[in-house]
Amino acid sequence: MKKTHLTAFIAGLLFGFGLLLSGLANPAKVLAFLDLAGAWDPSLALVMIGAICVGLPVFYLAKGRDLSVLGEQMKLPKRSDIDRPLVIGGLLFGIGWGLAGFCPGPAIVATGAGEIKAIVFTAAMLAGMGIFHLLNRPKAGGSDSPA
Amino acid sequence: MTIDWSAFTPISALAGGVLIGVATALLLALNGRIAGISGILGGLIDRTPGETGWRLAFTLGLLLGPAAWLLFAALPAIEIRADYPMLVAAGLLVGIGTRYGSGCTSGHGVCGLSRLSPRSLVATLMFMGAGFATVFVVRHLLGA
Repeated sequence: MKKTHLTAFIAGLLFGFGLLLSGLANPAKVLAFLDLAGAWDPSLALVMIGAICVGLPVFYLAKGRDLSVLGEQMKLPKRSDIDRPLVIGGLLFGIGWGLAGFCPGPAIVATGAGEIKAIVFTAAMLAGMGIFHLLNRPKAGGSDSPA
Repeated sequence: MTIDWSAFTPISALAGGVLIGVATALLLALNGRIAGISGILGGLIDRTPGETGWRLAFTLGLLLGPAAWLLFAALPAIEIRADYPMLVAAGLLVGIGTRYGSGCTSGHGVCGLSRLSPRSLVATLMFMGAGFATVFVVRHLLGA
């Protein structure tokens, strides 16, 4: 096993812990956050704030570096244009997020928890990504995609 | 707007957010890669050469998160109210939308905003706005 695989595994594990601890892995809580007109649960705004407070200085330090601590090439998104796919894709994702309360990370974590409904959601999500792959074959992937 | 104070969990939300930030920071500092989940999953489907190993390892970590958590404590609630047709429709939208828009809550929301990327800010405003609007329509206009 390569060192970078181990570090990626640990990062994934910690990311999963964060999703579980924060409540983001619980669709009912996500939907309560998205329900501004109902009994609003603002908790999840704090998840973003907590994550960005750590992210800001680290991304600042990473800027302009060519190699990571382990000597890997730094692959940061290069694109800065705001185009139609960005807007339409964001809107489609938001609609799906609002319908079920799952975004990609929490869906994987809830799948790992053995929730049948999460497995169904994740299968459909991966199918959606597969459909995108088939429709978009020539320019799929690459380091210009931020996520 | 009424705030449901009984459901408000500021400490665990903030602490969970910090953990997500630390995981993101580790992947960036050590691997030089962005912790964007839709990009990682989509990249596995696209089979980008040389990028499959770490992506699989990260995804495995996410999947095993609940099992590792169970070594220390009981799992927190995961309550999924949507029915199966809704889950399939939502899953397809999330899968296609995150790939078409090149990112999700983690890639655009956490990493992109941390990089102060205007592109990611626009994407985040789009999916947050659409999320708020969708829940409003479903709960308050359709009354589901």
